[in-house]
Amino acid sequence: MNPQLVREAELHAYADGLLARARGADVEAWLARHPADMERLQAWRLQNRQLRALFDPVLGEPVPPAMSAPPHWASPPWRLAQRLAAALLIALTGAAAGWILRGASPRAAQYAQGLPHQAALAHAVYSPEVRHPVEVGADQEEHLVKWLSKRLGAPLRAPHLGTLGYELVGGRLLPGESGPVAQFMYQDAGGQRLTLYVSSGQPNNRDTGFRFAQEGQLGVFYWIDGKLGYALSAGVSKNELAKVAAAVYEQLDAAH
Amino acid sequence: MQDDSAELVACIPRLRRYARALMRDVAGADDLVQDTMERAWRRLASWRRGAAMRPWLFGIMHNLHVDRLRKAGLSTVELDEDTPQPVAAAHDTLELRDLQTALASLAPGQREVLLLVALEEMSYEEVAATLAIPLGTVMSRLSRGREKLRAQMEGRPVAAPLKVVK
Repeated sequence: MNPQLVREAELHAYADGLLARARGADVEAWLARHPADMERLQAWRLQNRQLRALFDPVLGEPVPPAMSAPPHWASPPWRLAQRLAAALLIALTGAAAGWILRGASPRAAQYAQGLPHQAALAHAVYSPEVRHPVEVGADQEEHLVKWLSKRLGAPLRAPHLGTLGYELVGGRLLPGESGPVAQFMYQDAGGQRLTLYVSSGQPNNRDTGFRFAQEGQLGVFYWIDGKLGYALSAGVSKNELAKVAAAVYEQLDAAH
Repeated sequence: MQDDSAELVACIPRLRRYARALMRDVAGADDLVQDTMERAWRRLASWRRGAAMRPWLFGIMHNLHVDRLRKAGLSTVELDEDTPQPVAAAHDTLELRDLQTALASLAPGQREVLLLVALEEMSYEEVAATLAIPLGTVMSRLSRGREKLRAQMEGRPVAAPLKVVK
C-alpha cells in the first residue's frame, strides 16, 4: 500500500478502530497534513459516541417477557385463526355499537366514533414530520392560540405539560369533518410526540367521560366537553397516556 | 439447542437498541423486535450452527423493517416545501435531540449502516453480510450518512457528493 495515499474508506476504518495497526501510522501522517480530514474524522467519532450515549440506555431496559418466549411452534394456523377471530369480533362490536348509538342520535354517534379516528390519522400524518411538524411554533404560542381560537370560534388553550416531560412544539389548523380543527403537538426529550386534537363540531353539546381507542400502535384518549371534542394521541402505553390526558383535562377544566 | 436459545435471547437488548434508533417510535420499535424474534425462533433450527448469529438476526430485522417502510410509504403524506417552517426555539436545540432528528432525516439505508457501525460496532464486512449489500455500498452509505449528519448538526446545507480522497 502506498503510504502517501489514504483512501476515504481507510479514514472511516481508522475512526472506527477497524484499521490494521500497521496502517495506522500512515493515516496519522496523512491527517497531520490534511486538517480538513482530521476535522471530519473527529466529527465521525463524536457521532459514534453521541449515538451510543443516546441509545445505550435501551440496553438496560427490562425485556418484555413476550419477546424472549418462543412462540407456540406447532400452531401458526391457530394463531392466524385467533387473529382473524379477534379482528372479526372488533368489527362486529364496532358495528353493533355504531348501530345502537345511531339509533339514539345519529350525528352524535358518528361524531364520537369519528373523533378518535380523525385524531389518530392527523397524528400519524404530522407527528413523524421532521421539518414541518407544526405550522406555528411554540415560540409564538400566544399568536398560535389566538389564531386557532378565532378559527374554531371557541377560546382554546394549549395545556402546559412540562411537568410530565412534554414541551409544546407548536400547532396547526386542520380540516375536520364539520369545520376547522386545531392540533397541538408536544414532544418529550426522547423525541416521543403527542398530539392534542381539538374539534369544535360537537353537535349535541353532550359531555362524555374519558374514552380510550386503540388505532394500531396509537393510543387515543378522547372526551367531549361542551362544544369541544378533545382527542389526545401518542404511541405510548395506555397508562402513560392516561396520566397526560388527566393533566390536560384538569388544566382545561380549571380554565372554565 | 439450549445454547442457541440462550444466545438468541441475549441478543434482544441489542436488537431493541438498534430498532429504537432506526424508528424513534418506541412502540413501533418494540413491535419490530417482537416480529423479529418470532421469525428468529421459527428459523432457529435452520440457522447454520457455527455461523455468526448477529448478522443473521439483524438481517431478519432488516428485512422486516424494509417491508414495513414499503407499506408505510403508501399511507404517509409528504408536505410540499411551501409549508411554513417553524422557527426553532432556543430551547429546541438540545444536542442529543438534534442528533435524533438529524438521524431521522438520513435515507433508511444510510441510517442502517451508520447504526450498525456506531452502535453494534460491526466490521464493514459484517454490515455488508447483514444488509446483503456489497462492501462498496456499505462504504458509500457510511460516508454519505456521516457527512449528512455532520452537516445537519452544524446547521449547514448538505454538501454535494464527496470527492473520493486518493
